[in-house]
Amino acid sequence: MSSSTFFNISAGAYILGMVVYISYIAFRNKNIGIAATSLTIFGFVSQSIAFIIRWVNSYHFWLASRPESTFIESLLRAAPLRNLYESLVFFVWSLILVHLIMEFKYKNRSLGAFVTPVAALALLFIDVSGTAKEIQPLIPALQSNWLLFHVLLSFLGYAAFGVSFGAAVAYIIMVTETKTEKTYIFWSIIVGIFLIVLIAMGIDFLSLTAVERKELIQNYFLKATFRSSSGGIVAVSWVASIAFIFVIWRYGLGLKKILASLSITTNMLEEIEYKGIAIGFPLFTIGGLIMGAIWANSAWGRYWSWDPKETWSLITCFVYALYLHARFVSGWRGKRVAILAITGFITVIFTYLGVNLVLSGLHAYGGT
Amino acid sequence: MEKEKTTIFDKIWDFFASVRLTIVVFIALASTSIIGTIVEQRAEPATNIKLLAKFFGDSTAPTVYNIFVKLGFMDMYHSWWFVSLLILFSVNLIICSIERLPKTWRLVKMPLRPLNENVIKTLPVKKEMSIKTSLNTAKDEVLKSLSSYRYHVLAESAEENAVQLYSQKGGYTRLGLYVVHLSIILIFIGAIIGARFGFNGYLNLPEGMSASYAFLRTEPLSQAEQAEREQMLDIMESSQGDVSLTAKNLGITQDILDAKFKKYGIKPLGFTIICNWFNTEYYSQTDMPQEFQSELVIIENDREVLKKVIEVNHPLTYKGITFYQSSYGMVPNAVGTFVLKVRSTTGAEETLNLKFGQSFMIPGTNTRGTIVDFSPALARDPNTGKLITYSENMVNPAVGIEFDSPNAGRFTGWILKRYPETGVLPDGSQIKFLDYWGVEYTGLQVSRDPGVWFIYVASVIMAIGLYVAFFMSHKKLWIILRPETSGEKVSVRITVGGSASKNRLAFEREIERILSKASRTIEGLRPVGRE
Repeated sequence: MSSSTFFNISAGAYILGMVVYISYIAFRNKNIGIAATSLTIFGFVSQSIAFIIRWVNSYHFWLASRPESTFIESLLRAAPLRNLYESLVFFVWSLILVHLIMEFKYKNRSLGAFVTPVAALALLFIDVSGTAKEIQPLIPALQSNWLLFHVLLSFLGYAAFGVSFGAAVAYIIMVTETKTEKTYIFWSIIVGIFLIVLIAMGIDFLSLTAVERKELIQNYFLKATFRSSSGGIVAVSWVASIAFIFVIWRYGLGLKKILASLSITTNMLEEIEYKGIAIGFPLFTIGGLIMGAIWANSAWGRYWSWDPKETWSLITCFVYALYLHARFVSGWRGKRVAILAITGFITVIFTYLGVNLVLSGLHAYGGT
Repeated sequence: MEKEKTTIFDKIWDFFASVRLTIVVFIALASTSIIGTIVEQRAEPATNIKLLAKFFGDSTAPTVYNIFVKLGFMDMYHSWWFVSLLILFSVNLIICSIERLPKTWRLVKMPLRPLNENVIKTLPVKKEMSIKTSLNTAKDEVLKSLSSYRYHVLAESAEENAVQLYSQKGGYTRLGLYVVHLSIILIFIGAIIGARFGFNGYLNLPEGMSASYAFLRTEPLSQAEQAEREQMLDIMESSQGDVSLTAKNLGITQDILDAKFKKYGIKPLGFTIICNWFNTEYYSQTDMPQEFQSELVIIENDREVLKKVIEVNHPLTYKGITFYQSSYGMVPNAVGTFVLKVRSTTGAEETLNLKFGQSFMIPGTNTRGTIVDFSPALARDPNTGKLITYSENMVNPAVGIEFDSPNAGRFTGWILKRYPETGVLPDGSQIKFLDYWGVEYTGLQVSRDPGVWFIYVASVIMAIGLYVAFFMSHKKLWIILRPETSGEKVSVRITVGGSASKNRLAFEREIERILSKASRTIEGLRPVGRE
């Protein structure tokens, strides 16, 4: 079977897993929980196989154009982490890996209902973006031994931040008491925006023709809704979004009841939120910032050029450093640090996707 | 008076030592940094006015632009206020670290004391078990097991009917975060050294040309200034890059020359660099570049001292100055040389350097070729079937040659550089189009950064510091061994309590392993059948 078959199987398993995780939260049946975990593990194994097959294929692809390369060099150049598609796929893999580790460590399945939607969003994004799924030649700037380690560590860091985000959102939902609280409004807006983007991308996917999907994602992202050429559709999108957020705000306390009835404790969520950052921060700083700077120095002659990607990585680091200092030196706890963890992940999303979609710079190859 | 001075000093110190300042600085740095990622930095005014017009409308955009320029937003990472924020950040970081280091040091150095059993039972990590054995055996085995996990029990205390063992490890891991802070300061020092003693320039060098300077970014120059700059560069070239000779030839002192260099953004290299050729390799059958390459030669004192083919990610360094492959392009109005390799059917080979319109004979035949046409990027239009040039860059260069042969008559053919099979003639002889040389330039990033070694060392230190700070912890444990007798049976009750500066779960598992190792050995020691 081909790499994409295995990948499609895993994508199906994750999305089904998400549904089962959410029903586990709703029905609290142990067997449903086991089914959710099994589906996720099955998807993970399948995706790992897909990853290896793709690596092997692109190894041969590289050798075909550079037959004189050594085994190690070809292996490093062939690492399937070269463009937006491959990086998103790897992000999903890392996220599920970190999630499974957390699930086994804390012996609690409920977090799956918060992490798998992030994976589903990434999967949907992959499908909507539709760019360059086939193995592509490696452009000169990426032909470096740093590629594998830089991307690998950055993405494991992103994934750890993603798990921390899931826990922080769940935490905020659990500790807010009334609808007028600022934190309650904060989480209903964040969750609302998250779901709205998910839905809007779904609409993009359904409404676009295959030809349009071959273009760069910047050109059609949210084109069917918020960025539509018809003013009416734009207006309807905004009104519908505001209504949607209102509905979440109105009925959001129900979520809190469901969470409270599960074996989730706020202490555990706080710990997972912190653990994700404690793992993600060093990985991202070493892999993303330090290795990135060293690579930039050997490729562009400057270790730091205030390129948007670099700057946003630094902003991400600042936010998480703020989290760590606020928590350990100033003794912040609870809602305030959870909001920082959520803010941190928003900067992660922007560092990863926003910069490539909205801004231009030296890292432009991440957007194709 | 004296006293008041100290208070002011104290106040300033306290201001910089406060974590509230850290939090404010983090928020300020993170939020202001965003501006520079939206407004294009050091760009042409038109670019950003266009961007601002999207938000503020066409009429107000220039006004907003001027306000932004005043605020330093167009080069914000070098603006006085951003640099001040970075200075504030470093001062805060240094003073906070100095303020807290002694406390941490005491925690590291503090000797462990035996604890009351009731206190041990309240520690975050605790474990209890009972083994049927004598107190001495239990103590020996627990000690052995502890030391195999690198817990060195330096102290034990005998209490009434019980023994207490206590140990700690990883105290130094508490210093990890100071190591991270130190590395940040080293990075700042490296950056300052780089900014003070290094430079960052560029050089667009056409194939076959030489230069003994690089260009730095300057303010826009007037026409007269540009003319003077050109003249200076010419004289510098004729003086073979020798700065004092250039000054002499220009009839000015070296100080004045240095000032002019600074004004015009000219950085003398101290040697001469030549670009022999630039080449783009493509992935087969596509226009995707696989590699950009330039062959560079360094000339010093009329001698070739270094020759290297550079690629992206593989620069050339000479005397601390590094040349990076960063771009390429066509030299306007350049006339190049066609490099052809001609091979006759008999195997005779010849490499030819020809100008446009020149003719050549294929060795061993009466066939004459004349170069009549050139396209930097030749393709067949899929709709009309006509040949077209689809790019101004040399993506798919082709040379048009008119042949005149006594047998075959006159005919014209296109020979493509990337498709050697297009050069096979009807009689079997072959013409390879090697290059249209002298029309492309290689875009080099030229820089010297003596601070980069600081950055490398700081990076390693930071990685180590982060690892220690996040993945290692200071662990303390206390173990009480208390013999118990119930009837005939003799057993020892083991009570363990401990604390870890982080990662409590891993510490818990470690304690479990230590105990189970000891108890397994004790079970194994016990003579069979005694029960």
